Order: sequence, then C-alpha cells, then structure tokens
Amino acid sequence: MALKMVKGSIDRMFDKNLQDLVRGIRNHKEDEAKYISQCIDEIKQELKQDNIAVKANAVCKLTYLQMLGYDISWAAFNIIEVMSASKFTFKRIGYLAASQSFHEGTDVIMLTTNQIRKDLSSPSQYDTGVALTGLSCFVTPDLARDLANDIMTLMSHTKPYIRKKAVLIMYKVFLKYPESLRPAFPRLKEKLEDPDPGVQSAAVNVICELARRNPKNYLSLAPLFFKLMTSSTNNWVLIKIIKLFGALTPLEPRLGKKLIEPLTNLIHSTSAMSLLYECVNTVIAVLISLSSGMPNHSASIQLCVQKLRILIEDSDQNLKYLGLLAMSKILKTHPKSVQSHKDLILQCLDDKDESIRLRALDLLYGMVSKKNLMEIVKKLMTHVDKAEGTTYRDELLTKIIDICSQSNYQYITNFEWYISILVELTRLEGTRHGHLIAAQMLDVAIRVKAIRKFAVSQMSALLDSAHLLASSTQRNGICEVLYAAAWICGEFSEHLQEPHHTLEAMLRPRVTTLPGHIQAVYVQNVVKLYASILQQKEQAGEAEGAQAVTQLMVDRLPQFVQSADLEVQERASCILQLVKHIQKLQAKDVPVAEEVSALFAGELNPVAPKAQKKVPVPEGLDLDAWINEPLSDSESEDERPRAVFHEEEQRRPKHRPSEADEEELARRREARKQEQANNPFYIKSSPSPQKRYQDTPGVEHIPVVQIDLSVPLKVPGLPMSDQYVKLEEERRHRQKLEKDKRRKKRKEKEKKGKRRHSSLPTESDEDIAPAQQVDIVTEEMPENALPSDEDDKDPNDPYRALDIDLDKPLADSEKLPIQKHRNTETSKSPEKDVPMVEKKSKKPKKKEKKHKEKERDKEKKKEKEKKAEDLDFWLSTTPPPAPAPAPAPVPSTDECEDAKTEAQGEEDDAEGQDQDKKSPKPKKKKHRKEKEERTKGKKKSKKQPPGSEEAAGEPVQNGAPEEEQLPPESSYSLLAENSYVKMTCDIRGSLQEDSQVTVAIVLENRSSSILKGMELSVLDSLNARMARPQGSSVHDGVPVPFQLPPGVSNEAQYVFTIQSIVMAQKLKGTLSFIAKNDEGATHEKLDFRLHFSCSSYLITTPCYSDAFAKLLESGDLSMSSIKVDGIRMSFQNLLAKICFHHHFSVVERVDSCASMYSRSIQGHHVCLLVKKGENSVSVDGKCSDSTLLSNLLEEMKATLAKC
Amino acid sequence: MIQAILVFNNHGKPRLVRFYQRFVKEIQQQIVRETFHLVLKRDDNICNFLEGGSLIGGSDYKLIYRHYATLYFVFCVDSSESELGILDLIQVFVETLDKCFENVCELDLIFHMDKVHYILQEVVMGGMVLETNMNEIVAQIEAQNRLEKSEGGLSAAPARAVSAVKNINLPEIPRNINIGDLNIKVPNLSQFV
Repeated sequence: MALKMVKGSIDRMFDKNLQDLVRGIRNHKEDEAKYISQCIDEIKQELKQDNIAVKANAVCKLTYLQMLGYDISWAAFNIIEVMSASKFTFKRIGYLAASQSFHEGTDVIMLTTNQIRKDLSSPSQYDTGVALTGLSCFVTPDLARDLANDIMTLMSHTKPYIRKKAVLIMYKVFLKYPESLRPAFPRLKEKLEDPDPGVQSAAVNVICELARRNPKNYLSLAPLFFKLMTSSTNNWVLIKIIKLFGALTPLEPRLGKKLIEPLTNLIHSTSAMSLLYECVNTVIAVLISLSSGMPNHSASIQLCVQKLRILIEDSDQNLKYLGLLAMSKILKTHPKSVQSHKDLILQCLDDKDESIRLRALDLLYGMVSKKNLMEIVKKLMTHVDKAEGTTYRDELLTKIIDICSQSNYQYITNFEWYISILVELTRLEGTRHGHLIAAQMLDVAIRVKAIRKFAVSQMSALLDSAHLLASSTQRNGICEVLYAAAWICGEFSEHLQEPHHTLEAMLRPRVTTLPGHIQAVYVQNVVKLYASILQQKEQAGEAEGAQAVTQLMVDRLPQFVQSADLEVQERASCILQLVKHIQKLQAKDVPVAEEVSALFAGELNPVAPKAQKKVPVPEGLDLDAWINEPLSDSESEDERPRAVFHEEEQRRPKHRPSEADEEELARRREARKQEQANNPFYIKSSPSPQKRYQDTPGVEHIPVVQIDLSVPLKVPGLPMSDQYVKLEEERRHRQKLEKDKRRKKRKEKEKKGKRRHSSLPTESDEDIAPAQQVDIVTEEMPENALPSDEDDKDPNDPYRALDIDLDKPLADSEKLPIQKHRNTETSKSPEKDVPMVEKKSKKPKKKEKKHKEKERDKEKKKEKEKKAEDLDFWLSTTPPPAPAPAPAPVPSTDECEDAKTEAQGEEDDAEGQDQDKKSPKPKKKKHRKEKEERTKGKKKSKKQPPGSEEAAGEPVQNGAPEEEQLPPESSYSLLAENSYVKMTCDIRGSLQEDSQVTVAIVLENRSSSILKGMELSVLDSLNARMARPQGSSVHDGVPVPFQLPPGVSNEAQYVFTIQSIVMAQKLKGTLSFIAKNDEGATHEKLDFRLHFSCSSYLITTPCYSDAFAKLLESGDLSMSSIKVDGIRMSFQNLLAKICFHHHFSVVERVDSCASMYSRSIQGHHVCLLVKKGENSVSVDGKCSDSTLLSNLLEEMKATLAKC
Repeated sequence: MIQAILVFNNHGKPRLVRFYQRFVKEIQQQIVRETFHLVLKRDDNICNFLEGGSLIGGSDYKLIYRHYATLYFVFCVDSSESELGILDLIQVFVETLDKCFENVCELDLIFHMDKVHYILQEVVMGGMVLETNMNEIVAQIEAQNRLEKSEGGLSAAPARAVSAVKNINLPEIPRNINIGDLNIKVPNLSQFV
C-alpha cells in the first residue's frame, strides 16, 4: 500500500497539470487535435490510478477540454469519484466538472444523491456551498424530489452564505419538482425579510422569477413587496421588485395607483440609471393598466417621456437604445406624448447603430398622423435608397407598409399617393417582401372603390414593365406584385384606358418565366380583360376589332397550355377551348360579348380573415353526432342476452368511435393515402408551386433566360410619390383657406348673436379632409358571428406546472418527502417555540386535521376570502374607479348587515387594518383624510357605533364563528403638525431583532413649498436609542431619505433599540427642514414626542389552544385584572379592537368569553381572558412580567373606556 | 435568468463558457462561434445590446456584452433581467477578477480557467444573480483559497517543481497583455453597494 502511494506521487511528478496542458496546446498550434487526443489518453491513465489528487487533476484538465468542445461524458463516473473526495480542493473540482458536463440524461447522476445530501449537511459551509452551486446546474426531477427537504432546511441555516444559495437553488427545484413549491413557499416568503441583504435579494430574485410566469398567484405578496420597495436601498433588489410590480399591475389596476407615487419619487431621487429606467418602465406599465384619461396621470406620463428623452439624447448608446425601447411602450397607450418628440426619433433613424435605428423604426409606427404621414414616409423612402443591408431595408419596407396600413388606413388621406409609394417600392431588388406589397395593392384596390381607376392605370403600367421584374428578380420574390397587378387589371378592367395594350402585355412570352401561381392569375385575368374588350368592340360595332382580339388570344394562349404548372395548364386549356368556340360564333356574326362577360358578373367582396371560424353552429346541429348508426365492430355483440350492455353503449355514441381500434384506423388512413397518391384526379394538399415545378419531369431542360435590364422603373405621365407631397400641401392649404373663410363668417355670425366660447383655430388631424371620398368597404362577416376567439395558453409551457395557488393551506399529501431515518418527531404545536408569523395559518395543527373534511373546506374558503380582503384593503387607499369588487363575506348576524353596507362605501377610506404585520400601513393622503371625515359624519347619521373596527382577520381561525366587516381604522397616530408638515407615526415591533421597534413616520407636505433637507433628531433616553448610521454621533440628526413636493406624503422608517420594555416611554424629537418656494428658502422646525406604549412592543402571534393551556398551567406567570363599565359595543368588535390596538390574537372564543395571546419583542408571553358582562368588560391577564402586564392593562383600559 | 455567460478573445477563442441551459456540446460551440461573429462586427462605440442570436432563442432574449482590451464578456439574458443591471454585473465580475488575479490579463483567464469559474460561481448561481457586492465576493473567494491552501492545494510541491523546470524551456510568456481600461463608462456602478 505504502509502495503504491509512493509510486503514485512519483508518477504525479510527470503528470501535466492544467497549466501544462494549456501551455502544451498553445505550443502545438499546428497539430492541436493530435496533441489533445494524446493528452486525453494520458488523462485516461491518470483516472485509473487510486490517488484522488491525480484523479482530481485529470478531471480539472477535462473541464478545460470540455470548454474547447471535447466530449467528456465518458468520465462522468470519475467526476463523481472526485466529487466525493473529502478535501474541499478536490470536491470543488469535481462539482465544477459535473456542473459543466452533467445533464438530465447522464445516467450516473442518480449515484450522486447521497453524496450531495452528505455535502449539504457538511459542517463546512464551503462544502455545502460548492454542492449547492453544482446542484443548481444539474438538478434533475429525481434529485429535486429527494433533496428538496434538505435544501429547505438549509434555507434557515445560520450562515447567510448558505442561506442565500439555498434560497436561490429553490427556484431550480421548483422547476423540476413543482410539488415542492407549496410546502416551501412560506419559508421562502419569510426570507424576503431576512436580515442579510444577500439572502433577501436571493429571495426577491426567486419570487420574481416565479411571479413573472404566473403573476396572479403572487398578487397577495404585493403589500410585502411594497414595503420592501419603500425600505430597501439595494438597487438590485429594487430593480427586481419594480420589474415584478410591472408584471403585477396589469392584473390589479388599484396596485398601479398605489405605486405611482413612490415610483415617481424614486425617479426624482435616484442617480442610478438602471433603477431610473426600470422605474420609468413600471410607471409605463401602470399607466397602461389604468384606464386612460385620468387627468392627474398626465404628469406621470410627461415625467416618463421627459426622462426618456434625456436617455435618448445621452451620448451613451446603451441609454439611447433603452430610451427608445421604453418609449415604444408608452406609444401604445399615449401616442400623443411621444409624438412631441418626433424630431428626436427621426434623428435616431440616421444613427450609425443599427440596433438603435431599428428601435426608432418601431416608434415611427405610432408617430404618424394624417398630417405628417407623407413626410415621414418620404423620409423612410430616402432611407430605403440609402440602406446598405437587405435586412434593414426589408425592415424599412415592412415598416412603411405597417404605418400606412395601420388601423384601416386611418392616416392615409390620399390613396393615389399610397399606390404610387407601393409602386415605387417595387423597385427594391432582393427583398423578401414582394407578397406584402402585393397584398397591400390588392387590399387597397378592393376596399377603396374611388381609387380603382388610378390603381388600374398604375398596375397596367407595372404589367407593361413586367420584363424588368420577371427577369432579374425572379428569385427574390418582388415579382409577387405582378400577381396583384394582373388581378387588379383583370377584375377592374372597365377602368382600363388601353385594355388592348394591357392584354398584349399580359400575353407576352416572357410571362411564362414567372412562378406558376402568378401565371395562373394571368391566365384567368386575361379572359376577364378579353371579355371587357369584346363588349367594348361589339358595342362600338367593330366586328373586325373583336375578331382580332380573339385571334390574339388563340395565338398566345397555347404558351400557357404547355406550362409545366398544372394549374396554369388546366386553366389555359379550358380557356383556349372557350375562345376557340367564341371564334366560331364570331365567324357566324353571333354577338357573344354579353354571354362572355356573364362569366365574370358580380362583385367580389372582401371577407374578414376569421369569418369562417366565426360562423356559429346552427341550433340543433351536433357536428360530433353520427349521421348513421355507427357500425358495430363485431357481429357477436348483437346477441340477445347482452342487450343490457348494448343499450348502455348506445347511450353514448360519441365515445364509440374513439374506442375503435387505433391501429386499424391508422392502417386505413395509410391505405387511403396510398390510394390518393395513385389517383391522378385527386388534388393533394397543396405542395408549394415551386416544388411542383421541380417535381415535374423534363422541366430542368427548359432554359430560363436571365435578362438584366438596369433601367429604373418609371411610369410615364404619372406623378411620382414626391409630387404628391407637394400637391397634398397645396390642397391642404386651399382647404385651410376655405375653412378659415368659413370660420370667419361663422364668427361674425356668432358675434352678432350670443358670444360663445371661441375655440382657437388649431390644425388638428380632424381638419384634414381626405382628398378623395374614400369608402372603405368593410369586410364581410357571417351573421351573428361569435365574439373574439381566445388564444389558448401553450400547454407545453414548462412554467405552467408552477401555476399553483399559494394561498390555500397545505394538505397532508403535499408535504415534502422526508428521509425517514432523519425524521425528527413533530411537536404538537409547531409554532410553540419559534412563532413564525408568516406560517401561522398555513399549517393546520394535527388536532384540526382530524376534523371533518367539511369543516376544513369551510375554513379554507374563509381564509381565501380573508386573503382577498387583505389585499383589497391594502389596495383601496385610493378610491377605485368602479365599486370595489371586494368579495364581502356572507353576513351571519343581523348587525353586520349594517356594517356591511357601510363598509361598501368605506372601502375607499380604508386607512389600515388589524393585520399590521401582513400589510404595511398605507400612507395617509390628504384627500383620504377628508374622506374619512366625511364618512365619520355619515357614520353618526347611521347610528353606527363610532370607531368599530374590522374583525380580527387572522386570529379567528380557532374561534369566532361569525365574521363582520367593520369600518377599518388607522394605526397611525398624529405625532405633530404645523402649517408646513404633518407627521403621523406607527410603531411596530419587529421579530427579527430582539428589543427593536420600527417607527414608521409619514410626513405630509401641507404647504406650497418643496420640503427638503429634512432631518430627524431624537434625544435618546437611557432606555431607548435610535439606530443611527455608523459614524454619526448621538446629537446628529438622521436625514429623511426623500424630499417632499407640495401635497405629497411619504413614509420613512427608523429603528429604535429598547432596553426594557416593561414601561411605556416618551422620546422628544425635532424635525428640521428647509422649505423652498418661489420666494426663497427658510429653515423650519417641528418638535414632536414619540410615545412608545407597552402595546407597541407586542407582536401579534398566533397561539394554539393546547399551547395556551400549557402556558397557563406552567404557573410562572403573574396575574392582574381590570374591569371597565359602560360598554355597549358588541363583543366581536371589542375583541377586534383589542387585537388591533394591542396586537393580540384570539386563541379561543366561547360565547361572551375569549382567551387572547400575544408576545413581546423580548419574548414575554401575555395571556388574556376577556369576559363580557351586561354593560361591562373584565380583563384578566397573565404575563411573565408583572410590570409589563399592569402597564398593558392600563393602556387597554384607556382603549376600552372609549368604547 | 441568465442563459449563458461566454468569454472569448478578439479571435473568438473561448476563455470561459458557462451555459445555464442544456445544449449539446456541438451546439454550444456553434453558439460561441455565432455569438463571436455577431459581436465582432459591432463597433466599440455602439450600444452593448444585441437582440436575438438565432441559437439562444427567441425575442425574449438579449445578448449583453462588454469589450475589454482583448476580451469579450457576453451574457445572454431574458427579459427578467435589467439590461443596465447586467452591464454593471459584467463590470463587477471583471473588477472581481482584477482583484483576485491582481491586475488581471487574458493569460490569467487562459491558465486559470478553473479559478475564473470559482469566481463566477460566487457571482452567478444556476443562472441567477447571487451576489453583487464585490467585497463580499472577494471575501468568500479568499476564504475558499485559504481553505484550499490549508489542504495543500491541488498541485503540491513536487508537481510544482516539475512545472517550474518545464517553464525554463518556454519562450517568455508575455505578462503585459493587460485587460485594459476597467473604467469604461459605467453609468451607475457605485450605486450597487
């Protein structure tokens, strides 16, 4: 053994390490492949050795070769060996190699499960870290299932380094094993408030990825994210959250309204371009989701557009690009605000950077109006001429067509101009978009009746110059326009000035070089043309002329009869016979014109693209029903004794055929296909004409003559599009003059009569009347067509599996699989030791599980309603546009009937509610305040007891059978106010740090000046200290992180450390600020007193009744009690009030008696027994600290006395 | 999500290839080549975003790259990432490399591909941004390097001696190909604490 070791290390001396390998490859530039294959052989030798260091070295080299494109999958097992090395150095190499080369198809991957589990639970954080990193790259559904629980445990690891990695990898686990999402979600949510910024950022990252795919499931997290957004300073986190909000707002417009203000503040305050850009983006998303026409939002749009302009004008091309990108989003809903920056965007069209030019092109789409369309298109046409690459030129072409044809040719005032633009575009060589131009020509000619004459004249000119198109551009598809030209000339031949000339043009021999489908159209329309010429000649009495035309047809048609294209051939033979017949008749002097034109009588109307799909199924018609009785498979089944079954089968005839033997069906289908293939008369499902052309034997011998004529297309005698611009200007000028005249007249009249509001003469779009009366024929739709068809979600979307309702409580079956041997016994009440606020209602405790299913269902429903309510309340700080859609719970008592109707009206005024830790307190706003006052008046008139509150939402899960919706109340209390500013504050305990409370102060600017440079200085006491930024002394003020424009309010949060929490205390403080208005700036001050009540140190914590009982039994709690008389409020409301103001939760409620529980930030348990008498309430309390209890009860007494 | 991170030099030689989505190795090489050609034909003073390489697919994806002296750093990301954020992330990554290798140059990346990977692993994990704070990243890397050193490292003394001997015969390795101006316009790097 020892010998072997020695031998190994001697061998190693001559092994190459990674550096040697790289160096070797660099020195063997000529025979690299040979050298590497030699190295791979060496590596294979090294892998056979027992020495793990040698193996690791070999694997390290393999990783490098993998990057160069060499296959290393054969070494998968060796990689696993290295992964399982005990030394970190080797392990890391192994995991790196695995992460680069393993995938779901690697068969040995299942061998890694236990190794990874071992590494995950390793005492060294770097072993765990390396395993997590590696796993994130090659996790498979099996690994995800087996390791989900281990990773979930790591999410609460003591080291933030591990926590953040564990949180991040959960996303991969969810993707591979969607069942893990629900059980892991509460913990993931908890990590959003992790003290470590890295972990927090990771959690935000994961939830954002999840929510991006299925946003509606994450709406309930909006309040939490909102809080993070207003408190976080990490730009990465902010960007992610803001992006997430962008995805959520379309689902909930009220959320958008709430967001506008903080986002606007961020836009004003941030100096980071990336954050600014994302804010603007989300504000845009909000504005899109809100119904337009809200006057107060035009400011936000202006702000966005302004900021984007700054980006676009920046010399940094990246910002320019992004600015244009965001601009195009605004364009969809607020085109007007973008239009004012037309100059800038047109300028970008000349940018040297193609990415930027393309973005600018996108924007043009929305910039056009009747007024500037011609001008913009003219500019684009010059770009078309200049454009160097075909891709960019094609892009220009499609954009020109897009902007002209958008919303039913809304902006085109002169269709003659448009037709000439299209004709000019046919000059483009090498474009792929000939068919687009053709489609436009057809569309315009068919739908705009007034333009047909002009269109026909242009098209005949095109046909005349067909040689140019057909020869040099056959391959690139511009000849498609001839399809349109031929059809238009044929269909509207009555408008042709020289039909005979056009007919000759269409019968030229070169036409036969065109693709088959175009030739077919030529043949068909030649006849139409012929018919109309015949008619003309006969009416004019020119019999010879008519015969001459017929002769021309008879002479020229045979060239099509010989065509290799079946369609052309068929049509041509048919028509040739027809014309020959006509010739015979003509020889006998029989008038034929009438009959020939009867062939093409009637008008073709455009049909809407989806018309066919929308034909409703007539009543009584079942398309799936069998017309005949389905044939039974076997005769034997018809036997009498089986009649019972037979009947049953007949009852569902629809299912019968699907049960028919699949193989048999497939066989028959095959046979039918064979038969069809051999049947020359069967028209096969259209193979492309090109293909058919090739398939036909003998065609390749026909020489295709390439004629190169570089004469540019000119349509003699017809104005080019540029001239139209001039003409149009003149026309508009004339129109304007006329209008002015009329207006003057009218004004004079008005002056004589009553003086009305005189509108300023502005030249808007509406003023420009189209040049020709355009009646756009609407597309035909079947009668009573069905409304729009929904586009279904892609069933193959991998993220669909993650579309899981996260608000439902967990079922037993959904628990993550846990390795049995490491299973720890579950305690009776899981929250006894570690009360986790977020989890409280998620896991019903065991006792409850035994309850009847029915009961649980009811609870679930309740919970769901609650959830919806939470969000509704949080969102409804600004008045919703429509009556609030909040799902109101079913009232069970009479008295809540009243409360409910009122709550409907008061949704708007919801200032806050009892679930403080669930949703951050909404900010006070001026108008809301007013509203509240108004409703207070209303309350009195309705004789509703004032100050009644929303029933405690969360804690009632064990008791409280009825639910009441009560007017909500704010937990924000007034701190101080003067003419400049009003301060309100709310004090919340935080679970994360011992003995810390967060004070949220809302500052509202009531003056007309901007408030800036705000600083908060608080005099610390021995017991309570403000947490200040590092390095600042006790006497320094703490800056408020925002400025306040007039009328705006915002919230700042400060953390205070409290030594002893058993007594209430007060801190003196001063807010100093600079008020700046037009006249100048003044320094102002406002003194305030922060009151920390004992209740503010309590945190609403749920408690199960068994734990509660144990707590009381333990006997180490001191007791105290109070009694308050003269209370008329209902017991339910009373409890709600205690829950809300003093942060308690109801443990159990029996009739007029309830037990309540809460916990202080320092871990004191507080238990209450509340009893209601006739007109009085008595409260017995037990607490681990008697001073705290007595102070608490005093506070409670004060609250109750107000009832 | 980040789909892929590619680092290659001005001649298209790959220096770091990290895919977070599975592609067979032929496709991987093809993507690297295609990306190189896309990026190469762009001037240095035009924008750093590229839409739609055909291989890493779809309109949802963007290539975001930076060019430092001899090296291109290309990230392929989907729409959930902030464009400017990723630009900054590239900068963070490069500056971290600079700190860890002390004045990084292309040769460091060539000879220490494994180390570059380890650094990247502390920045991006499984296609998601793990850490953006450079001090934190460097601290973790240094801690891991210390751990490795305490274990004796991969190449213990004898192998190192051999490689030193081998070095003697080599032509002088140029050390002066520095990665160049790190202070390329970064709109808001300092904001990322």
